[in-house]
Amino acid sequence: MRPTPAYRLQQFLGKGIPITILTTYSLIALFPIVMILMNSFKAKQAIFGAPFQFPTSETFSLIGYETVAQRSTFPTYFLNSCIVTFTALILALFIGAMAAFALAEYDFRGNALVALYLAIGIMIPIRLGTVGILRLMVSLKLVNTLTGLILIYVAQSLPLTIFILTQFMRQIPKDLKDAMRIDGASEYRIFGMILPLVRPAIGAIAIFTMIPIWNDLWFPLILAPSAKTATVTLGVQQFLGQWVSDWNAVLSSLTLAMIPILIMYLLFSGQMIRSITAGAVK
Amino acid sequence: MQPSKRRSPFPVHILVFLAPAVLLYTLFMVIPLLNSLRLSFFEIGSENELSFSGLQNYIKLFTDSNFAPFFWRALKNNFVFFAVHMLVQNSIGLLLAALLAEGGRMRNFFRTILFMPTVLSVVIIGFIWQLILNPLWGVAEGMLKAVGLGDWFGPWLGKPESALITVALISVWQFVGIPMILFYAALIAIPDDLTEAARVDGATGWSTFWRVKFPLILPTVGIVAVLTFVGNFNAFDLIYTMKGANAGPDFSADIMGTLFYRTFFGQQLQLGNPTMGATVAAMMFLVILTGVLLYMFLWARRVQTYEM
Repeated sequence: MRPTPAYRLQQFLGKGIPITILTTYSLIALFPIVMILMNSFKAKQAIFGAPFQFPTSETFSLIGYETVAQRSTFPTYFLNSCIVTFTALILALFIGAMAAFALAEYDFRGNALVALYLAIGIMIPIRLGTVGILRLMVSLKLVNTLTGLILIYVAQSLPLTIFILTQFMRQIPKDLKDAMRIDGASEYRIFGMILPLVRPAIGAIAIFTMIPIWNDLWFPLILAPSAKTATVTLGVQQFLGQWVSDWNAVLSSLTLAMIPILIMYLLFSGQMIRSITAGAVK
Repeated sequence: MQPSKRRSPFPVHILVFLAPAVLLYTLFMVIPLLNSLRLSFFEIGSENELSFSGLQNYIKLFTDSNFAPFFWRALKNNFVFFAVHMLVQNSIGLLLAALLAEGGRMRNFFRTILFMPTVLSVVIIGFIWQLILNPLWGVAEGMLKAVGLGDWFGPWLGKPESALITVALISVWQFVGIPMILFYAALIAIPDDLTEAARVDGATGWSTFWRVKFPLILPTVGIVAVLTFVGNFNAFDLIYTMKGANAGPDFSADIMGTLFYRTFFGQQLQLGNPTMGATVAAMMFLVILTGVLLYMFLWARRVQTYEM
């Protein structure tokens, strides 16, 4: 039986409309980013004269990047952001995994209470404690240090990390652990064996804890605003302010600030999204 | 696990596993938070000494002409900011998630593109949109002209009546990926047999979505709402980047986050005041707590989680 024209029209609309909406919204999502990338490679006249054109051999210029390379301390900021983000992430993952293991594995008294205590931090933004945090950091002499930032970010990331990892640890078959216990493995050793098994959860944790750390403006601004300890986010915010009229420099520093995170995102987006949809967050 | 007898000592290895997380979290998050709440009941003197002042700071915040108008405006603006996110961001997120969940070869491609703005820093997004909307560059105006809406363009960010909504929509543009991905994860977890049954009964895609799928993802709707509510009090970064600490023009885009920053650290003419800052933070804490409790008791209790 041949499909009727009405049926075919319905099929066409059923596939065509979603694709149209998704394409349109993708353009909306990409357009501002592409505008910045594209215009950062153009001479000033072309930026204003023909903003929607790709750079051509006549309009191509790296003048903005030259200005940024000469005057900015971008490499320092970048290094600071890397140190802070990765140290905080690794510490939060390891310490969080230990706590999650205890909560998922042992049926001790107070288990639910400890889990609840730790989970409260998911809902309450740590920023509300800023007045107390600054006083604490002053008394510990950790103002304007990366250590201070790292400690805050670990504390901030722990609640959600523990919550996600506990769900994951619960799914690991009990037989596996019991078999190890019968072989005489210590509890610490069992934890060491279990740790690699939660790798799939790391994508979800990265998206919900690492990106907010990399992108945070509040704590670098308040706890570590010095030129030596500024992160990329704070650095971009401050040196873009100085260059409002130098469009070439503004566009190229924005591009430089976006590129690392975009590359990381494109490399890991598959894993991130898979682990979120695999039920790490429910 | 070993069968534990009553009164047996607490197993050491459990303490070892829990201690680092509990200690760090308590020392750097819980205690500073409680200390901030405590400080809201104190006054700070010229020698940095603290003296107990009861509810004085709160009375000042609600009635003093230097604080009250700012506080109420910021609180109202925060609710406007939240409403824009609930209505626009979460609706678009749901629509995109529903379309993505239908499948198709391009699904991964779209998913990656649509989530992209979410991973960029708010500071970068703020600057990008400032440039795009800048009448000097004329990109936004050029775009609108191309579709015949050129007259509609205005310096939206610079006008008191449109600054807040504009900033809120930019934030929506950036974060639409989060509700999208959460809704998407919930939608693809629905077993096919449920939707198949509806389809066999002759239901259209539209009614299958609203009658079958949407009720099943209600728990996620609640989580998204609560995340939107809490996240909205973190919205300092975007407004500070685009409009400065004063959230100008005329404080029209001022929200609790920028008010907290200004009160704590001061601004051009006014000195910073840690205890008043703590009071603003305590009010934010109360508002968030009220929202979270309302969610837990009014929503989470009534909406059953279906085991799938």
